[in-house]
Amino acid sequence: MKAWLTALACGALFGVGLCVSGMADPKNIIAFLDVSGKWSPNLLGVMLGAITIHFAWLRWLTRRDGAGSDAALPSNGKQIDRALLGGAALFGIGWGVSGYCPGPAIVALASGALGPLVFVVAMATGMVLNQGVQWMIKRSGKPSLVVR
Amino acid sequence: MLLALIGGALIGLSASLYWSLNRRIAGISGILGGALFERAPERFRRVSFLVGLFLVGLVFARFTNRVPAPDLPLLALAGAGLLVGYGTRMSGGCTSGHGVCGLSRLSLRSLVAVLTFMVTGAITVFVVRHVLQLGVPT
Repeated sequence: MKAWLTALACGALFGVGLCVSGMADPKNIIAFLDVSGKWSPNLLGVMLGAITIHFAWLRWLTRRDGAGSDAALPSNGKQIDRALLGGAALFGIGWGVSGYCPGPAIVALASGALGPLVFVVAMATGMVLNQGVQWMIKRSGKPSLVVR
Repeated sequence: MLLALIGGALIGLSASLYWSLNRRIAGISGILGGALFERAPERFRRVSFLVGLFLVGLVFARFTNRVPAPDLPLLALAGAGLLVGYGTRMSGGCTSGHGVCGLSRLSLRSLVAVLTFMVTGAITVFVVRHVLQLGVPT
């Protein structure tokens, strides 16, 4: 099957999951992060549902094809570095302010409202900025800081 | 909560099919980064995934007639967008890449990332919603 077609279908299925679970609405994300307000556990439910299915799927693939096969799990990096911690911390701040992570932001973009458009353009700008910084770090020859 | 579980299962199924059919991790920040920085055939596939996501957004907007946007000044949304874009690329993943895919692979890096962004997210919500009292949900 064509790779673009399967990608399109997977993207659509992902979007349906976001909409069905309510995670397309930033209010529900903020309700999960708002531990001192009206806390909602729904995001945990979404994660639980998603991880259960994906974990079982990857296990099944590994058992079917063997641990060394192409279908087996990609190997996990072990290194906990400043880029991982710092990047995740920055992402969490932006997530907490807006209630958007990248997936729901793309879904919200389709509403045609100005807010999501501003967010997505800024998000793409942030990615370009990071790409630039990574390029400069790589050029200055300090590989310990390179994220990839 | 049932809808959350069902929706989550669909997301998990999407990540599974994407891995099996395209051999790619269904992390939206990674896909977005690829759509921005990869070359021709790969870039086109990343864009296709995003188009699928966007099309569902169109249908969702048509049926719910509701704009999924927080009640915040545009400048705050722009700042948040910058942080989300920069941070997810710096740490190599977001809620889907580290959260769904990474945790399903039992990745220690992803677990650390998820705990970190959930803690800073919760602190931020506390400061923004309760201390500064901005965009208090109705």
